[in-house]
Amino acid sequence: MPRTRSKLKRATRRQSKPLPPLPKAPSGIRGLDEITGGGLPRGRPTLVCGGPGCGKTLFAVEFLVRGALDSGENGVFMAFEETAEDLAANVASLGFDLPKLEAEKKVSIDYVRVERSEIQETGEYDLEGLFVRLDYAVKRVGAKRVVLDTIESLFSGLPNQAILRAELRRLFHWLKDRGLTVVVTGEKGEGSLTRQGLEEYVSDCVIFLDHRVVDQVSTRRLRIVKYRGTVHGTNEYPFLIDESGFSILPLTSLGLTHRAPTGRLPSGIPRLDEMLGGRGYYEGSSILVTGTAGTGKTSMAASLARSACTRGKRCLYFAFEESVDQLVRNMRSIGIELRPLMDQGLLRVMAARPTIQGLEKHLVTMHREVTTFRPAVVVVDPITNLINVGTTTETQSMLTRLLDFLKLEGITTFFTSLTSGGESLEQTDVGISSLIDTWLVLAAVRSAGERNRTLTIVKSRGMAHSNQAVEYRLSSRGLELVDTYLGPGGVLTGSARVAKEAEDRAVMQGYADDIALRQLERERREKRVEAQIAGMREELAADMVQLERGIKDVARQRERLLEERRVMASSRQAFSRTSTRHRRKEP
Amino acid sequence: MKPPPRRARAPRRRADSSPHPQWDLRLYVAGQTARSAMALQNLKRICETHLQGEYRIEVIDVLKNPQLAQGDQILALPTLVRKLPQPMKKIIGDLSHEERVLIGLDLREARSRG
Repeated sequence: MPRTRSKLKRATRRQSKPLPPLPKAPSGIRGLDEITGGGLPRGRPTLVCGGPGCGKTLFAVEFLVRGALDSGENGVFMAFEETAEDLAANVASLGFDLPKLEAEKKVSIDYVRVERSEIQETGEYDLEGLFVRLDYAVKRVGAKRVVLDTIESLFSGLPNQAILRAELRRLFHWLKDRGLTVVVTGEKGEGSLTRQGLEEYVSDCVIFLDHRVVDQVSTRRLRIVKYRGTVHGTNEYPFLIDESGFSILPLTSLGLTHRAPTGRLPSGIPRLDEMLGGRGYYEGSSILVTGTAGTGKTSMAASLARSACTRGKRCLYFAFEESVDQLVRNMRSIGIELRPLMDQGLLRVMAARPTIQGLEKHLVTMHREVTTFRPAVVVVDPITNLINVGTTTETQSMLTRLLDFLKLEGITTFFTSLTSGGESLEQTDVGISSLIDTWLVLAAVRSAGERNRTLTIVKSRGMAHSNQAVEYRLSSRGLELVDTYLGPGGVLTGSARVAKEAEDRAVMQGYADDIALRQLERERREKRVEAQIAGMREELAADMVQLERGIKDVARQRERLLEERRVMASSRQAFSRTSTRHRRKEP
Repeated sequence: MKPPPRRARAPRRRADSSPHPQWDLRLYVAGQTARSAMALQNLKRICETHLQGEYRIEVIDVLKNPQLAQGDQILALPTLVRKLPQPMKKIIGDLSHEERVLIGLDLREARSRG
């Protein structure tokens, strides 16, 4: 009995032990390993499918090249569509040097040409030739990775589908037996993932690439349709193909897990720092400046950029409205010299029209720039222009992702947003204000034929900030914040404020004069009374002398009188003793 | 027309006496399988029947010379490649369907011309 129980226990223990995670081969494709939790299934085939021009071949090439360069896993590329030369030329623009890798025996490229018109079928056959070639290539470079691009070409080249399907099944078994990590590409079919149903053979991992055009703007997206035995992101992830290859940007794998630094970054405007709890923005926080046209949003952005750069921090500035030169010239007019900062390599300005590329591409570009430049501050000026590229929802989603990413990296973010004239000032076109930590509103106040700028802090998380609207002035000396005139007649700015202030000064001067006058009067009076007191004292002293003399006279008279009496009594010698005795007896 | 390196590799070859055969055929096989033997047997019979004295057959075992499979773009096995006369033709299978082999080799046309 006890023995069986212990056996049972051992069995359950073995069952409860967590299974080793599925071994994965890092794809080396930026972003993909994050979504898949480590890469493609090692030793198994992965199907990459999508329409024409969606980047299947490039995906496969990058998988192979990164494997050879980064993971030390050599690879074989079986090309069914392009010759090795064409393939090398096509991917050279993305920075992959296939001929060099081939010469170093890291990658082997075998072009398999299947031409239906040249082939006559005469009886039984198999595809052993393909196996032999693959085996030869794998052994030659010691490959761990294999790409079959696009094996579907065989279907158009070989007439006997039954043989082909049987051989494909055998091929995938063969690849699995050798522990090769395989990427198979397939063309998207009508209502199915691939035209020839390749998903039937590849059951471990299927990745779908999509290239769509919405409002003349193209976006590439990637989705993991399935990944057996592992948790994976199921969203559509935007991706980008550019001069450095494939980049995938995870949409929602980011959580609210960023740290909250307590360091401060001065805004470059001393008065504003004072209003922000005395020390400026939080490092790593997000700042939004909204305002109507010409309220000085860019100037505030440039001011922060300069503030960061003079503290030795790097700043990345995305200018969506002005060219670099224009920005430099305009900021010089308010005393902010950007050129020296750029020359020092502290400031990088990326100027581009938002419409040159889709939102996703913008996002990926920003992502890449941030990753390579590693700035402490990122400025996007303005975010409103991005709406021209996508819908509001898309823009919002993109900005959310950008903010998440930057926060995770601990980067201070400064967005400017243009508010159209008619709308409420405390509202952003892209509705991202809830994601923002510090929100400044710049407004233009029109009165008495003038247009003056005011600044208000709508919110600033985590600090005691000023509630006051201040006047914001741009001059050749730079940016200045001046307290507005807050009086019973409302907020006054500009020359109205100056006039009112002058008036106030006059009144104040009047009071001051009055006080001085009264003080003088008081002193005079004091002096006068004191003089009187002194006079009276003297008089008193004189009187005292007189009176003293009188007192002394009277006292002297009394003395004399007493003396006379004594003399007289002693001359009589009669009363003194008897009278005393007599008096003692009486009581 | 044959480049010397191929001769140097010395694949198993069967050739007729003609020093410059009009028909240069190459049969790719994978090992000594029943299907390979069948293909070679079928090919020899067809050639003897239709091309007597005008052909040369070279048999290449891709298991022994895998790099040769790449040169002639061999996928399916067995494959018969007609190197000469031009243009190059490929016939896949064990050649058991004689009519198709003849069509594939353009032998019908050649015979009618001759």
